[in-house]
Amino acid sequence: MSSKDEISPETRDRIARQFIEAIPHARALGMTLNNLDAGEAEISMAWDEAFVGDPRSGTVHGGVISALMDTCCGAAVLSHPTGPRSTATIDLRIDYMRAAKPGQRISARATCYHVTRSVAFVRAQAMDEDTQNPVATASGAFTLER
Amino acid sequence: MADRNEPLQQVKLRRDNALRVLIEGVPYIRWMGIRFDRRGDELTAIMPFDDKLIGNPFLPAIHGGATAAFLEIAAMIEISWSAMWEDLEAGRIAPDAATPESLPRLPKTIDFTVDYLRSGLPRDAYARAKVVRSGRRYASVQVEAWQDNRAKIFAQATAHFLMPQG
Repeated sequence: MSSKDEISPETRDRIARQFIEAIPHARALGMTLNNLDAGEAEISMAWDEAFVGDPRSGTVHGGVISALMDTCCGAAVLSHPTGPRSTATIDLRIDYMRAAKPGQRISARATCYHVTRSVAFVRAQAMDEDTQNPVATASGAFTLER
Repeated sequence: MADRNEPLQQVKLRRDNALRVLIEGVPYIRWMGIRFDRRGDELTAIMPFDDKLIGNPFLPAIHGGATAAFLEIAAMIEISWSAMWEDLEAGRIAPDAATPESLPRLPKTIDFTVDYLRSGLPRDAYARAKVVRSGRRYASVQVEAWQDNRAKIFAQATAHFLMPQG
C-alpha cells in the first residue's frame, strides 16, 4: 500500500470502500474504513439495536467489538509497507474495559507494530464518543502471506 | 432438589422455556442466527452458515470476528445457564419472556482470548463451552468450535466473566 502523499484522496477512499465491500461480514455490520496508512487502520461502525448483547443496558455484545477489532487488525496488517498479499488471524485477545454507550458510534484503531517474514503483531483499541477512555483493547498475531 | 415425580413433558418444557427466554433476550444472538441445542443440562451452540458471516469471499471462509462472536456467545450462555440451573431445577426461578427481570442479569466479559486453528469453512459451525471455574465473582470458561468433524476443532477460546452480584 502506498503512503498517503503518493495516492490521491479519491483513490484512497475508493480502496477503503472496496476493502469493506469485499468483506460481507464487515459490510453486514455496517463498518466504514476511516483511515488506512502504512500499518495503521481505523474502522468505525454505528450502534444498532440488532447488535445489543445486554437488553437491560442496551450495550452492544462483545462479539461485535471482536469483529470490529479483528477486521481493523487485519486491515492494519494488509496496509503494512512490506505489502503482504493476504492475512489471517492466529490469535486475538480482547480486554473489555467498560461498556460502550448505547447509541454512540464505535471506532477501532489498530497498529501493526512488528512483522517478521510470516507473522504480524498487532495492537488495537476500541472507543465510543468518549475517546479518552477506551471501551476495549486488543492484541493479536496474524499470518502474513507474501 | 427437583421433584423426581414431576411429569417429563413438564420438565422439558420448563427447561426449554428458560433457555429460550435467556437466548431471545439477546438481540445479537438472533442477528447472528445462532441457536442452542439442549440435552439435559448440556448445551451445543449452532451457527448455521450464512453469506453475511463470510470474511474472505475468495476461499471462502467465515470471518474471524464472526467466529469470535460465536465462541463468546456460546461461552456466555453456558456460564449463565449453569449459574441458573440449580435455581431453575429447585423452582426458585421461573423465567418468563414477558418479564425479562425474571432472569438473572447476564455476566460481563472481562477478557476473551481466541485461537484460530483452521479456516472456518462455508458450513454450519458448532460449539460447546465448559465452565472451568465459577466463583462468586469471577468465572473462567473454555469453549471450542468445530464444523463437519467433531475432532477437528477450528477455533477455541478462553473467557473470563464477572458474575452478576446480588
